[in-house]
Amino acid sequence: MPDSRTPAITLDVVYLARLREAFGRGREGLTVASGATVGDVLAALRARGEPFAQELAPGRAVRVAVNHDIAPADRVLRDGDEVALLPPVTGG
Amino acid sequence: MAVRVTHDDFDAGREIAALRGGDTRVGAVASFIGTVRDVNESAVVSAMTLEHYPGMTEKALAQIVAQARERFDILDALVIHRVGELKPADQIVLVAVTSGHRGDAFDACRFIMDYLKTRAPFWKKEAIPSGARWVDARTSDDEAAARWNPKG
Repeated sequence: MPDSRTPAITLDVVYLARLREAFGRGREGLTVASGATVGDVLAALRARGEPFAQELAPGRAVRVAVNHDIAPADRVLRDGDEVALLPPVTGG
Repeated sequence: MAVRVTHDDFDAGREIAALRGGDTRVGAVASFIGTVRDVNESAVVSAMTLEHYPGMTEKALAQIVAQARERFDILDALVIHRVGELKPADQIVLVAVTSGHRGDAFDACRFIMDYLKTRAPFWKKEAIPSGARWVDARTSDDEAAARWNPKG
């Protein structure tokens, strides 16, 4: 059971639609510090450089879902969370 | 209240009849069908692929229907949304609502579609003569959804 003493947590990061094509992968495991937020994950991905930096730049309309619910940037993540990056939706 | 994500086409008449289910409290049935057009943003569309986020899609649709149930006096609601490869004239989505009266039926149907357009995790990719492109979200859809939450 993860707790605040766990030094790192592993997330299942999912990329949908045009983000999957831009990044060349549909999902990947990501290890971050315990206590990391959604905002921290986006920053970590941007720090990789292109294409992440451009696609996830502040101001780009990307929503994040944690375990299938839209979450704000300050949402604290837990070990095993599924974190999905969603471009603006176009269903209907 | 039912939501369904499927590759298969649907028979709207049959689905609506099932939704009504002989419930004699129903006085109004409102419905919407979205279909694939052959032109978008000045390009001829020969085919469309509907992608979704398995695991979240049905949950998001159910949440939208639950919100409709809270806001409007409706008896039952159905959302069917197709995914996969579609062609012009194909059906994409069915929203149907039953109520005692037409005001809530019409409003709930419109509300569900406006929220689906801006919140449900679907993405369209169009095949056009120059290749394939992801459809851009429309500001008019955001404006339509925002109208359900007027600021004081």
